[in-house]
Amino acid sequence: MIRFDDVSVQYEGVDRPTLSGVDLTVPEGELVLLVGPSGVGKSTLLGAVSGLVPHFTGGRLTGRVTVGGRDTRTHKPRELADLVGTVGQDPLSHFVTDTVEDELAYGMESLGLAPDVMRRRVEETLDLLGLAGLRDRPIATLSGGQQQRVAIGSVLTPHPRVLVLDEPTSALDPAAAEEVLAVLQRLVHDLGTTVLMAEHRLERVVQYADQVVLLPSPGAAPVMGAPAEVMAVSPVHPPVVALGRLAGWEPLPLSVRDARRRAAGMRERLEGAVPGPVGGGGTGKLPPPAPAHHPAPRRSALARLFARPPQEAPEPVTDATTRVERLGVRRGRVEALRRVTLTVAPGETVALMGRNGAGKSTLLSALVGMVEPTSGTVLVGGRTPHRTTPREMVRRVGLVPQEPRDLLYADTVAAECAAADADAGAAPGSCRALVSELLPGVADATHPRDLSEGQRLALALALVLTARPPLLLLDEPTRGLDYAAKARLVGVLRTLAAEGHAIVLATHDVELAAELAHRVVILADGEVVADGPTPEVVVSSPAFAPQIAKILAPQEWLTVSQVREALGGVA
Amino acid sequence: MTGSTSAPAETAGAPVDRVRAWRAPAASRSNALPAGAWWLWALGLATAASRTTNPLLLGLLVGVAGYVVAARRTDAPWARSYGAFIKIGLFVIGVRLLFSAFLGSPIPGTHLVFTLPEVPLPEWAKGVRIGGRVTAEQLLFALYDGAKLAALLICVGAANSLANPARLLKSLPGALYEAGVAVVVAMTFAPNMVADVMRLRTARRLRGRPTGGVRAVLQIGLPVLEGALERSVAVAASMDARGYGRTARVPAAVRHTTNVLTLGGLLGVCAGTYGLLAAQGAVYGLPLLIAGLAAAMAGLRLGGARSVRTRYRPDRWGVRAWLVAASGAAVAVAMIWAGSADPVALHPGVVPLTAPVLPLWPAAAVLIGLLPAVVAPVPPSPTGSPVPPSPTGFEEQV
Repeated sequence: MIRFDDVSVQYEGVDRPTLSGVDLTVPEGELVLLVGPSGVGKSTLLGAVSGLVPHFTGGRLTGRVTVGGRDTRTHKPRELADLVGTVGQDPLSHFVTDTVEDELAYGMESLGLAPDVMRRRVEETLDLLGLAGLRDRPIATLSGGQQQRVAIGSVLTPHPRVLVLDEPTSALDPAAAEEVLAVLQRLVHDLGTTVLMAEHRLERVVQYADQVVLLPSPGAAPVMGAPAEVMAVSPVHPPVVALGRLAGWEPLPLSVRDARRRAAGMRERLEGAVPGPVGGGGTGKLPPPAPAHHPAPRRSALARLFARPPQEAPEPVTDATTRVERLGVRRGRVEALRRVTLTVAPGETVALMGRNGAGKSTLLSALVGMVEPTSGTVLVGGRTPHRTTPREMVRRVGLVPQEPRDLLYADTVAAECAAADADAGAAPGSCRALVSELLPGVADATHPRDLSEGQRLALALALVLTARPPLLLLDEPTRGLDYAAKARLVGVLRTLAAEGHAIVLATHDVELAAELAHRVVILADGEVVADGPTPEVVVSSPAFAPQIAKILAPQEWLTVSQVREALGGVA
Repeated sequence: MTGSTSAPAETAGAPVDRVRAWRAPAASRSNALPAGAWWLWALGLATAASRTTNPLLLGLLVGVAGYVVAARRTDAPWARSYGAFIKIGLFVIGVRLLFSAFLGSPIPGTHLVFTLPEVPLPEWAKGVRIGGRVTAEQLLFALYDGAKLAALLICVGAANSLANPARLLKSLPGALYEAGVAVVVAMTFAPNMVADVMRLRTARRLRGRPTGGVRAVLQIGLPVLEGALERSVAVAASMDARGYGRTARVPAAVRHTTNVLTLGGLLGVCAGTYGLLAAQGAVYGLPLLIAGLAAAMAGLRLGGARSVRTRYRPDRWGVRAWLVAASGAAVAVAMIWAGSADPVALHPGVVPLTAPVLPLWPAAAVLIGLLPAVVAPVPPSPTGSPVPPSPTGFEEQV
């Protein structure tokens, strides 16, 4: 269905090809998963199928890509629209119209289908994707999972024979991801659609794939094969595969179910062993208080005239524990948070979980003072966040937002660091030192936009840490990160926790929570529905349990490294 | 509104059933009124408003528009614009009064209200006055004048909050459809940019910088524009991949005819308009204008053949749509007629000061404009519809 004949792609201004020597054939009616570390050209490969590369992105494509017999060199994306449906990473930038029903019809209108055909297909698609109740809703009011389903539905209505998806589940909570994957599987099974999909969160998708294409490194030729075979050699793999490799299971299990069948022996061997502690080192000591170093900013006479009274020297942080008591936040009529009580001690890592829209981000915003509580109190470092000036607040709490790019203004890493030092009142060079530590080998003159997703996150983290806040908040930090970047992040956060930073993560990534968190707090509809040590909370929960916990339940193992240590000890 | 007719529904017999059948149905996509019908209705009211300065009639017009909006608007984002239009209207009245007070007015008046200090102006600025006497007559005149403009604006606001702007653009002829889509996409950008600004302000706070001030605006502005650019590129890619701009093969002859007709038509329109406006060209102006319009229309129609697009569930002009449009037109016609029959009632005098009187027949005619509140399909009540659990994007971004 899709053929790549010796395809290479090179973008302008890049000295090496992004893809080279790609020879692939994707047969009709298969679900093919494209895997590989960040930056190996997965998106480029997907774009080449829909013709967006090179017609839209520029760059040079050599070789031949044919889809359903049409050469993408001679067919523009719009001429492939009836054959290929493409959904990009961000569903919001995919939408052309404003309501669900119009969005589903848009593609068909462009192709000029007859009105009665359009009507029938829209109704069918609404049912197929479970969107019938949302048909008149403005798209902007839908949740992430719903938007992703609308995006998929909107490319399905012209009945494309090929569906190309770039990270369809990365931004979704586990339940919404299941929803989307169930739809994809139904398409492959019932309609014979060919699906080519790239995804970082392999633990969610690998068991659905008929074949896996691995791009091992930038410019390297792809490896294609049965999922188990490719996973055996892949540098990126889900925990279930890691466990399988550790145990030497052959063929490798890809789903929790397969692994559980094999794991009886392992469970026996692990009987009696005590899982190692989760999360970073226990409660350590506080980081040394930030030096109260204020480079007196030079100001013009005018600025001095309008300036506020000089800021008093920041008082030392007296109470490092973060306390949230019966916090309520309302937005219009919607109660985003209700009676939330939470205490975070220094050195503790807490994972906030819950479906999209449960109030995780709102809680983080309340902790940094972006949101004013309607009721209850928030105390961070002894201060009420929304009444404290930003300059004071950065020394008490740091938040890395969902889009780390929002924090970056400057043209170069060096300028960014200098600004951070000035903002935080830290000694010049302290930010750069952090950057070198978290992000070795990045030149001063690099533009932040040229960094990879993971590098950008590290840079944002360094900027936030410059003020040495005792409380560090991260909102969905692993979105778009591959396993290697995630492992580095886990290492960094563990060190920080060991140094005494309190860390709160809002995340959908159950594996990350299992690796890092001492405690898990689950929010639902703005209320805390579970709060307890990670093993207790996640092992019993079908949605939030990591793969290892599901495989080895009822024993309380959460991560492969725990198992490895325990087995090493036994053997 | 319509509920009153159905009260004894169960007990009464056939006549009530027939009345029931005429009741406005609950709004859905199938019976949605075309945006054009709402616009015709509102423009009818606006025309009526432009024909009178009687504050009582203007108030009645605004009341009629407001009642229909209250009865038939949805909870869609554009429906909330009505309040904004009312504020703009009040602002217009205020500005008109202020200017009249400061810059004087040619209305002669005897009732002095107060005297402002007058700025002495040099000889060559004769005829311009700043400050000075302010009379009740001139204020009243300004008030009437401002009220007329405000009523006009509010009528337009009513159309804006009742008709889906995207649907209005969709009723463009085929050849202009693509332009319409571009405008729709552009309109969805405004809310996205607002969200971007909020996100970046948050980010500034996170870096310990104040979120207000000129520097903040400058520093946020660039990333916001960057974000908008990136998003537009992404949307363009998505539109391209979904078949935007696919064209059918058209014979060269048709293509050339299209170009000639459109260009020639536009030229004709320009020349005709010029002829009409210029003093001596009135003879050939009108025919040229009409011929030009006809040619341009034909060009657009032929041009539509190039586009392969079809329409998904276009709005249908049913009886209810015609009634809505006709009610607006009726109000306009009645007011124009009243304007020639009884100009004094429609333009209450300022010199000498008189209390405006509500002319009975024009006022009754204005009430025809309430018809849409009865015949238009009833949107689901905003309170009854479930509140979306998370206005996503927003909650995630704040």
